[in-house]
Amino acid sequence: MSQLAPLAVGIPLLGAALLAAGHKLLGRAGSDLLALGLALASAVLVLILLVHVGSGLSIYWFGGWHPRQGLAVGIDFAVEPIGAALAAFVALLMVVALLYSAKTEGVEAPYYHVLMLTFMTGMIGFCLSGDLFNMFVFFELMSVSAVALIAYKVREQAAIEGGLNFAVINSIGAFLFLLGIGLIYAHTGALNLAQIGRTLSHYRNDRVVVVAFALIASALLIKAAIVPFHFWLDDAYAVALAPVCLLLAGAMSEMGLYGLGRVWYGVFGPVMGTQVHVVRAILVGAGLLTAVWGSAMALQQDHLKRLLAFVTIGYVGIFLTGLGLLTADGVAGTGVYVLADGCGKALLFALVGILQHRFGSVSQQRLHGRARGLRVTAAMFFAGGLLISSLPPFGPFLGKSMIEDAANKVGYGFVPPLIVLSSALAGAAVLRAGARVFLGWGEPSQQDAGGADEQTEPETEGQRDRTPPLMLVSCGILLAGTIGFGVWFGFADLAETAARRFISGSAYQAIVFGRAVGRIHATSASPAWYDWLYCGGATLLAVGFAALGLFGRRWGAGKLLDLGQRAMTPVRLVHTGRIGDYTAALSLGVGILGGLLVVTLR
Amino acid sequence: MSVFPYLVAAWLLGIGLWGVISSRNYLHLIMCLTVLQGSTYVLLLSVGYLSHAKAPIFADITTKSRVTDPIVQALTLTDVVVEATIVAMLLALVIQANKRYGSIDPDEMRRMRD
Amino acid sequence: MRDRPGGFSLRLVVGAIGVVLTVGGFVWGTTGLHPFGSEHSRYGFYTAHHAVAQRHATNSVVAVAFDYRAFDTLGEEFILFISVVGVVVLLRSLHDEEEEPEEEKLIPEQRRASDAERWLGTALVGPIAILAAYIVTHGQLTPGGGFQGGIILMAAIAFIFLGGEWVILLRLRRATSWVEMMDAGGAAGFAMIGFGGLIATGAFFYNFLPFGTSGSLLSGGFMPLANVAVGLEVAGATLMVVSELVDQRLLRPPR
Repeated sequence: MSQLAPLAVGIPLLGAALLAAGHKLLGRAGSDLLALGLALASAVLVLILLVHVGSGLSIYWFGGWHPRQGLAVGIDFAVEPIGAALAAFVALLMVVALLYSAKTEGVEAPYYHVLMLTFMTGMIGFCLSGDLFNMFVFFELMSVSAVALIAYKVREQAAIEGGLNFAVINSIGAFLFLLGIGLIYAHTGALNLAQIGRTLSHYRNDRVVVVAFALIASALLIKAAIVPFHFWLDDAYAVALAPVCLLLAGAMSEMGLYGLGRVWYGVFGPVMGTQVHVVRAILVGAGLLTAVWGSAMALQQDHLKRLLAFVTIGYVGIFLTGLGLLTADGVAGTGVYVLADGCGKALLFALVGILQHRFGSVSQQRLHGRARGLRVTAAMFFAGGLLISSLPPFGPFLGKSMIEDAANKVGYGFVPPLIVLSSALAGAAVLRAGARVFLGWGEPSQQDAGGADEQTEPETEGQRDRTPPLMLVSCGILLAGTIGFGVWFGFADLAETAARRFISGSAYQAIVFGRAVGRIHATSASPAWYDWLYCGGATLLAVGFAALGLFGRRWGAGKLLDLGQRAMTPVRLVHTGRIGDYTAALSLGVGILGGLLVVTLR
Repeated sequence: MSVFPYLVAAWLLGIGLWGVISSRNYLHLIMCLTVLQGSTYVLLLSVGYLSHAKAPIFADITTKSRVTDPIVQALTLTDVVVEATIVAMLLALVIQANKRYGSIDPDEMRRMRD
Repeated sequence: MRDRPGGFSLRLVVGAIGVVLTVGGFVWGTTGLHPFGSEHSRYGFYTAHHAVAQRHATNSVVAVAFDYRAFDTLGEEFILFISVVGVVVLLRSLHDEEEEPEEEKLIPEQRRASDAERWLGTALVGPIAILAAYIVTHGQLTPGGGFQGGIILMAAIAFIFLGGEWVILLRLRRATSWVEMMDAGGAAGFAMIGFGGLIATGAFFYNFLPFGTSGSLLSGGFMPLANVAVGLEVAGATLMVVSELVDQRLLRPPR
């Protein structure tokens, strides 16, 4: 049964190579179908793996190289519930994305399909792998595919710029990752996560461990787009094709955080364990900063995709806050939130893609009131906006309430209000945009819409007057996902169980080296009344902020709005679009992170 | 001195990062990324070195000889080819940028306004 | 910050602080490592000293890359493959927009390479190709293997270009499908070797072919096959990249 693990990666890779070789025989429709089939196959395989692994851990050794005398000689896939769930989510999102793009004009077989398949495989492999260098290889596979997909519309200047910024920043991240791997290998002589963890648990926390963690964490936080490593994300997500954005926002952003969690609990957590409160403070601090920064910037955007890109950054900040609490409850809440919110963000990107297809523009100013006729799209858009500001009792609400409970348990009482603020701001940005575009409310925004008009042909074939049904179906699926994760009874318990497994480093090591360990059963408390209050409050605040943005001038709150604009100006100016600035900020971020981590040596 | 190779790696890291930050030419920037790659290779290979040891090829030495670490060498060898092709992709993007912007100065890139 | 000259200086200051902190931290970290040239990792020691016994392959680096850690190499292979797809994708619009270079329109200097170039190029193709084949197939015995040999193979084919007329370059550029086949075929081939192991014993990339005697050409199980697959793929991939870039620079009418 565990043979399925390599197949989940091997089949799409082999399929992609064969697709590339034989594309002349297949044509566009054939390529669409084949890619869809391969993605579906991966999804099914990973789902079976997920069910099979339950609350345990399933190890698969490649090449038949089982550990010899307590030494891990080969590469392993360590399938644990959270990783498998994330991998399954990625595969299913890919199926939806391929469905969405099935008849679009802007993509060429076989290149698009091959790139999408390898993109998916990179993410799946990253989630399942139990070896540090193997994680790096899949990290690179994912990144390289993403560069080509982001810069895909290469006729546009913005796409080239977005692709270049992403490629350079991500490459620097990859090199930092590799440097960290080098240091760890030098220190422990191992590349297998369990082996490293076991070796390090006999050492004390020393300078090599701290620097290696700083380097590896920086690389993963760059991928996750945490402030100050986040500058590449809005440039990149604003220009990528809509189906690619679905995956970028829904899955790739979370990969960095998943990696961070794996690396922490498998390798660094045990050895740095006595100083966990320092690491917790650093991660939660960075998370909250990112959450507020991203959401506040979202409100400043006229370009819809860039708006959603900043919403993504805001939410990744919340995810990091949840993960950074470094408790099982935090991890569980983040897991639930990632799945539900991932669907939500993907849904919003998909809907903006529909707007782009119908009207050829993604500027709120240009689109003002033009989309009045698209009722289904509008309904889904508003639903999406409300859901991501955690409208109870649906998916994002459940995740957020779990995170807030976890924060309270470790005494971080200031976390819930900040999360509420962040999601309210993000929700407001989305709702306000929706009201402007679909309802024609409010005056056209003051911001300069010059660059937001993408002078491209619409992305799809067929009439511009109709939205392709496949796009709407895909959106419907995503909406169901966002709602569903909250109303699925027992999901929170599953997440809690999975989280307990995720954080148990010593049990992980034991299982990898062949010993069986007992099962885990955990339950999670249902959201309490104050969670309903917090999250309901967040939604109301979102609606309130949106209304303020739309009608504020009419109501005499003009001075307040101008004050807000002026306050945000320095933050806006920092996002220059220049790679040199981004790299400077990145270096400073790495230096500061390392410096802060040095505190753990005391 | 025993930490010298690591200093070389650190120097390459610093120069590479500084080059990217201060670059006014995309080709220069990509070459700085190549320098950064070099720092990772230097680190990896230094880590595997063993003094007075031979290469881990047993065609003409006995299996009991003192040899350097093959793991890092394997990691480096696959990485070199891979990173070269990634540079190729970046160069392709720069070619496009040149055709469409008429410039390869990173600071000239017009970005979309908010 | 965009237009103010102070913006650039601010970037340099921030960057300088960042680079100093990062590099300084890195150096400080490396002082905690074991001294250069000492100590061995158990993993490295094990694979070095058991490669011959377990797989009859005398080149333990190739044994690591193509057997112990073959799965990593699969990933790297596909990164290579995807980079090439990326280069093709990113340069494709230029093909649509610009005219295809025509043979008649090549300027006279482009038509004929000099006699010395042609002589050397033609003479060198054979030896380099043989060297490439040797390096690829002897990977498991002596330093070399698919990656190195593939690059040399690409060089051999590139010499055909360099030694011949640019018209040949143009014709070869049009017939890129065989190069793509080589690239995709190599990648698929390597993946299929992994599947072979899976089918044979249930472990992906299990070395399922007989190991042979160490020191002979057919040793190391599937390593020779894997080396050939990688060699073809690397040659195909780098050839595609070179040809795309050459196309951009040399065959298009000069600006």
